[in-house]
Amino acid sequence: MTRAARLLAILLVAAVVFPWIAGPYALSVATLILYFAYTSQAWNVMMGFAGQLSLGHALYVGIGAYAAGALYYHLGIGPWAGLPLAIAVAALAGVIIGWLAFRFGVAGVYFALLTIAFAEFTRIGFDHMAWTGGPGGMFLPVAERDHIDLLHFRGPPALYYYAMLALTAGALALCARLLDSRAGYYWRAIRDNEDAAQALGVHVFRWKLLAVAISAGMTAISGVFFAFYYNNLFPEQIFSTGRSIEIILGSVIGGVGTLFGPILGAAALTLLSEAVTAALAALGWEVPGAKQVVYGVVLLGVVVFLPHGIWPPLAHRLGIRR
Amino acid sequence: MTELLRAHGLAKSFRGLKAVASASFDVAEGEIAALIGPNGAGKTTVFNLIAGVHAPDAGTIHFGGRPIHGLRPDQICAAGIGRTFQLVKPFPTLSVLDNVVVGALRVERTVAGARAAALAVLGRLGLEARAAHPAATLTLSDRRRLEIARALATRPRLLLLDEVMAGLRPTECDQLVEVFRGLHRSEGVTILLIEHVMRAVMALAQRIAVLDRGEVIATGTPGEVVNDPAVLSCYLGEDTEL
Repeated sequence: MTRAARLLAILLVAAVVFPWIAGPYALSVATLILYFAYTSQAWNVMMGFAGQLSLGHALYVGIGAYAAGALYYHLGIGPWAGLPLAIAVAALAGVIIGWLAFRFGVAGVYFALLTIAFAEFTRIGFDHMAWTGGPGGMFLPVAERDHIDLLHFRGPPALYYYAMLALTAGALALCARLLDSRAGYYWRAIRDNEDAAQALGVHVFRWKLLAVAISAGMTAISGVFFAFYYNNLFPEQIFSTGRSIEIILGSVIGGVGTLFGPILGAAALTLLSEAVTAALAALGWEVPGAKQVVYGVVLLGVVVFLPHGIWPPLAHRLGIRR
Repeated sequence: MTELLRAHGLAKSFRGLKAVASASFDVAEGEIAALIGPNGAGKTTVFNLIAGVHAPDAGTIHFGGRPIHGLRPDQICAAGIGRTFQLVKPFPTLSVLDNVVVGALRVERTVAGARAAALAVLGRLGLEARAAHPAATLTLSDRRRLEIARALATRPRLLLLDEVMAGLRPTECDQLVEVFRGLHRSEGVTILLIEHVMRAVMALAQRIAVLDRGEVIATGTPGEVVNDPAVLSCYLGEDTEL
């Protein structure tokens, strides 16, 4: 067993036994960490692997949440049917945005602006549609939480924790597979130099679209989770650019384009955010925006001192590649 | 010898400026041909028309009898034409080996197969010792070799070399000339050089086409071309020594 595999096995065992030793607060924080780790990993497929910067990933979370949420709310159909619908709609949305951008040569920061624009007008659109409940929100019926109802994805907090753990582990495995596949090579080639990739026979347009579709589809799954975990959906919140940035930060802090960076970054940021909230509360300084200030400072620190994120230097020290 | 590449009446303008007026030439299967000409003669434009970077305004390009003008660069590659870039474009964060794997994946079905093929190509270009290094750490001369390795890994029938000698020291240039001679001998790959460095052109090319102001003004063996009065007056000048 390699060093990385051993480390991963230990982490996985620790994560599996965690709900038995943790209290409800710790469990909710751990669930949040996994949620951001997974979503950031999904974003990383597009930016970290294929080099396409999306600043509007909240769009796919929102689409996933509303697709599965509305199906449950209006028709009583559970998330297992909502899941493929959410993935399909989000992937389609990603392909439409990607097609428009790549077809007309919108690249770099302009592409990033386009992704924000789509998230924004979807937010405004959802605010004005009847089936979403508009700005008043959509509230999924909450059932008894003490018994597990897998069919409707209802149960105690540990159920949600394990669901997120499975998703995060699955995404890690999928991304590792992808990186070592033809797609992974082509994406990284496109990220590093599009002209050179094209000259080597890579159909750049098609492979970029695939990256967007996979990333969007993966992100939609976190939306489905979000809908059934929080049970309330507001366009104002779920599609906000702030949410998109939160998704990205895990990867940026952990290491864009790496496999473990998103997980590490999400853990670091979530723990930091909780610690800051607790510290501010203990000191009695409950200033709005204080958390954001700390986020900003940490981000600056990472950009200045660890421009490739926390993971690459750590991996080097541990003797692990990637 | 059968002709592999045939360009006929190529024309391309940029914002009204005629870069290539009516260029026609051909490259025979298995030969090393060169396209030369003074600065601004349209060499790079011709190169880009063949490589699919630009579509010609007029004229045709046939490769192995098939029209290829107007195809995208990746389609040109798939048709069997490999190219290098004058300003080298390695994938800087990928290892030298992974750079070549990207090219090898055009013909290999699996990543493992592509890796094996890429290693073999690196060996032929003397880059195997650098295989695990990030491409960004290579010297210019090695980056040029990497460009050639990547292009070769796509198994081209024709290798297009865009000023592959530019910026190299004479000894490095001679080493690269040997590499091309070796490749030509062992795999019979057809090569079209677009080149400024006469030292390399004279050492390699079996046939030369001279481009001036967007038109081909002379074609022939190196000996014929250097004695052509039109070439002498436009390009080489009286005091050029070869």
